[in-house]
Amino acid sequence: MNVIVCVKQIPDPATPGALDSGTNTLKRDGKLILDESDSYGVEMALQLVDAAGGGEVSLVSMAPNGEVSGMRTALAMGAVKGTLVSDPALQGSDALTTAKVLGAAIQKMGGADLIIAATESSDGYTGTVPEQLAEVLGLPSVTFAKKVVISGGTLNADRQTEEGYDEVTCPLPAVISVTAGVVEPRYPSFKGIMAAKSKPIDTLTVADLGVTPVGWAGANQTVVSVTQAEARAAGEVIEDDGEAFAKIVAFLENLKVI
Amino acid sequence: MNIWVFAQAANGAPTTGTLELLTKARSLGATVTAFVGGDASAIAAELGNHGATKVYATGDLGGKLPGVAVSAAMKAVIDGGDTPDLIMFPQNYEGRDVVSRLSVKLDRTVLTNNVDVSVDGGSVSVTTPIFGGNVLVATGFSGATPYLAAFRPKSFTAEASGGAAPEVVSAPVPDTGATGTAQVTAVHVEETSGPKLDEAAIVVSGGRGLGEAPKYEMIEALAKLLKGAPGASRAIVDAGWVPYSYQVGQTGKVVKPGVYIAAGISGATQHMVGMKGAKNIIAINKDKEAPIFGIADLGIVGDVHKVLPKLIEALQARG
Repeated sequence: MNVIVCVKQIPDPATPGALDSGTNTLKRDGKLILDESDSYGVEMALQLVDAAGGGEVSLVSMAPNGEVSGMRTALAMGAVKGTLVSDPALQGSDALTTAKVLGAAIQKMGGADLIIAATESSDGYTGTVPEQLAEVLGLPSVTFAKKVVISGGTLNADRQTEEGYDEVTCPLPAVISVTAGVVEPRYPSFKGIMAAKSKPIDTLTVADLGVTPVGWAGANQTVVSVTQAEARAAGEVIEDDGEAFAKIVAFLENLKVI
Repeated sequence: MNIWVFAQAANGAPTTGTLELLTKARSLGATVTAFVGGDASAIAAELGNHGATKVYATGDLGGKLPGVAVSAAMKAVIDGGDTPDLIMFPQNYEGRDVVSRLSVKLDRTVLTNNVDVSVDGGSVSVTTPIFGGNVLVATGFSGATPYLAAFRPKSFTAEASGGAAPEVVSAPVPDTGATGTAQVTAVHVEETSGPKLDEAAIVVSGGRGLGEAPKYEMIEALAKLLKGAPGASRAIVDAGWVPYSYQVGQTGKVVKPGVYIAAGISGATQHMVGMKGAKNIIAINKDKEAPIFGIADLGIVGDVHKVLPKLIEALQARG
């Protein structure tokens, strides 16, 4: 069974985000890393291919400046190859264009039995790409999957809902989005990291894929304003001297909730 | 301006989120239509009572996931000549699936995570909080309608309009081919006693600072004493201590209770997005530098294992 995992390479979440003052898009000009949310999808793909007894895990990513460092992390975990779409023309692309680009790249890679994405990225968190990608590819999908089993060309998944979860069944090929915590992502071994350096990554441009329009032209949106939200002021902060619970009781009494 | 609202029901009534969106659409002076993925007969009157003058209903989906089915039904109505200017979706599992599928079917952009919308003549803009809610970005739609937007829960307040029962029009799901082959085979409801997390007047949430899963019992005990709902940070949900349905935050529930108690939660942006709308926030955390203290009305720098048992005991003593 062959699986393609969509991986996003994002600015390190530990550094504060910033908007480009000219374009009002998220700054992504520094070093990018593998979105932690995608490490779950990579791990799940590796486990599913293992369980199937054969096949391979490939990666697809769209990123500026030919960035591959996040992809190398996923290759070090065990993916065998990747396809990167990188093109200055893609700057300003919305989620729909991103899905079209990823879909075209996946088709160029020859498709797969299963395509895995995170439910949303940790930087832009639009949260629509997996389902849009399924529609672009004409495939069924199970979003918010938290447990996935594949047998005989059929996918069975537990899908997160407001009240609990649904058991969902779906024929392959299909697209799934997985929530964080579904599996425990492995740490790349030293051997894995060394091997990843020589694993192949194809780089494609928009012209290779024939997706149009892209970037700002396809986004159909304009940032009207960027303002600071009203800050919530901090109140009283006290050190617990063993009697702080009484402060909480008094606070609740004052609000008349007890 | 014609606005559609993707309407959802639970336990035979429209969800609060649905009523919030209908109320907002009505306040924009729009003609409001509700689009129901399912049978609408039991909920149509209440949808009308919040401003819908027309209801499209697909009829029972027969276990099909709504993403494909409802978007296909919407597209069929639009192709039939009824094109709204804006379609409002709730930012939740079903809403996200439907708006994503529809955006490809119609080739329209979609703006998500919004907390507000404004209309000026024919132009529509939506407001999205970024960087943990510290910055608000207003974005205007361009290009052809319908514009597609998803809104976070509790962005608006639901108010009845006293509107009459609306006309219900059948909007059947067309053949969806391979895309529509995902099928729900069983539904599991994770029972919680007491009020629902996103509707409770008091929410008590626990985080990694609890140390280990069994200590979450303190959170449940305190929530029960206060007639509130227990919640959780993403960290302990990911760790498997409690089900996903307990999660408060960006990827979980948005709560706006009268009182929010955060115990052993440092206050990651991811979490604060889901609870900073609470009227009063009490935080208990060992680390006095924890970001949660920056928004707490009462902050206790201390060990949850010492503070919570005493608090529980004191509340029990009051009866």
